[in-house]
Amino acid sequence: MALPLFPPTEDPGPDFSRLLRGSGVSAPPQAGDLALSVRHATTVVALRFANGIVMAGDRRATEGHAIAHRAMEKVFPADRFSAVAIAGAAGFAVEMVRLFQTQLEHYEKVEGVTLSLEGKANQLAQMVRQQLPLAMQGLAVVPLFAGYDTGRGAGRIFSYDVTGGHYEEADYQATGSGGRDARTTVKLGFREGLSRAEAVELAIQALYEAADEDSGTGGPDVVRGIYPTVAVVTAEGYKEVPEEEVADRFRALIDRKRIERDPAGSVPGGGEPA
Amino acid sequence: MTMPFYVAPEQVMKDRAEYAQKGIARGRTLIATIFAEGVLIVAENPSRSLHKISEIYDRIAFAGVGKYNEYDQLRVAGVRHADTKGFAFSREDVDARSLANLYAQYLGNVFTHEMKPLEVEILVAELGTNGKPDQLYHIAYEGTITDEDRYAVLGGDAETISERVGADWRGDRDRAEAVRAAVRALAGPERTLGPGDLEVAVLSRANGRRTFRRVTDGELTEILSGSSAAPADASQTSRATRSGRTTRSAGGGTGGDAAHDRDAAQPPG
Repeated sequence: MALPLFPPTEDPGPDFSRLLRGSGVSAPPQAGDLALSVRHATTVVALRFANGIVMAGDRRATEGHAIAHRAMEKVFPADRFSAVAIAGAAGFAVEMVRLFQTQLEHYEKVEGVTLSLEGKANQLAQMVRQQLPLAMQGLAVVPLFAGYDTGRGAGRIFSYDVTGGHYEEADYQATGSGGRDARTTVKLGFREGLSRAEAVELAIQALYEAADEDSGTGGPDVVRGIYPTVAVVTAEGYKEVPEEEVADRFRALIDRKRIERDPAGSVPGGGEPA
Repeated sequence: MTMPFYVAPEQVMKDRAEYAQKGIARGRTLIATIFAEGVLIVAENPSRSLHKISEIYDRIAFAGVGKYNEYDQLRVAGVRHADTKGFAFSREDVDARSLANLYAQYLGNVFTHEMKPLEVEILVAELGTNGKPDQLYHIAYEGTITDEDRYAVLGGDAETISERVGADWRGDRDRAEAVRAAVRALAGPERTLGPGDLEVAVLSRANGRRTFRRVTDGELTEILSGSSAAPADASQTSRATRSGRTTRSAGGGTGGDAAHDRDAAQPPG
């Protein structure tokens, strides 16, 4: 690798994608001959609370009707104050997140300042838009972006469609095949000024309900100890909620559900197949 | 038809070197030193926005002295190189040695082939990982590369200041102590430097994935006032250091350093 120096007219500036094209590193994904079975990722949800945002995603990846992976991560830190979650064709989605993370850090290092939250959201929209030909072939990637706006001192959420259109959401959003169920659950439980614990609980409920209705969304896997990923972004930055806390909340939720169904506890295990 | 005057290649190189040295000597000095948590870089720089020290990658920092536009161009090229490499391969595969070599080649090339050499001296610092030690690569205007594992001094008054740093260098200082020692060495006996004259940054093992952090003006004020608030303590520590350093040099250090230590230890003792 040579030192990447460019004449002033061809300088890519802080644009990492252009730099990659200029250095000929990554071949852009070829539209056309693609394997038919592609891994898909599924339900992700984001909601605003008093001090920032909570973002959560299940862990299942499917290939057609089969489960391809049980412990896939779908929620990532985009940078210190923002998180990105993905739904859609897993391979492209994960690569898009990697490019997005690198782009944000690259901009910050080259320019010496961080992009605004809105700037980050626009940047992601461009990346989604570049995938449009692939989306037309059924390989859509639909991210969800949320973060803490240090300028405004509040959490903000942006949702996307396959064309790269992005829309700021007032309070919450969910996407993926189980997104509708997750969104309904959050809608019923949302109010202004939720605490962190309440918001995390609501996100967990939403994922539980989505997994309950949607075959593509994985629920809590108590046997293997795999639980959805939950992250919180506040003025202190991106923090993943510890797995034990997530596991405890899911266990408590399952217990509640069991008691609701069978208050007398007459059938061991709640009468549901485990 | 006019013939160009013949100039001996030795003379050409000498002139270029002199030209570059003059440019660099006009700039102010910068010290990089290893301390307990990692690497500390302290530069004399009154500007808050035109940085001499910056982040290249997770464990790599860049520092330059001399002409700002020239070393800034090198800095950006470094960021690009590191990000591209980390994206194409993996974050662990980005290392300072290969970047330092690229810089050295480029500077060497410009020095021999271009009209004007770059009037810069740069430093690539890397925080060690997996048992590898911290490393400082010092690259001069003509592409000479030296690796240091204790400290490096770049810029105008490098020789004098290097002696001062070497006189009481210790690798186990905490951040505040290391900053005070570096600032003392930069300022020398006649001057005092305040937070407004300094640019300070660290690569610290305590910082998570991205180890680079700038030390803010507020922190710097606190650190620097810490030394003047407790002058008695400070002199004690420095005396302890000096004796420690002397034993070290007696056990195989360079003679020059040991002599310097004894001289320095005279006045307070």
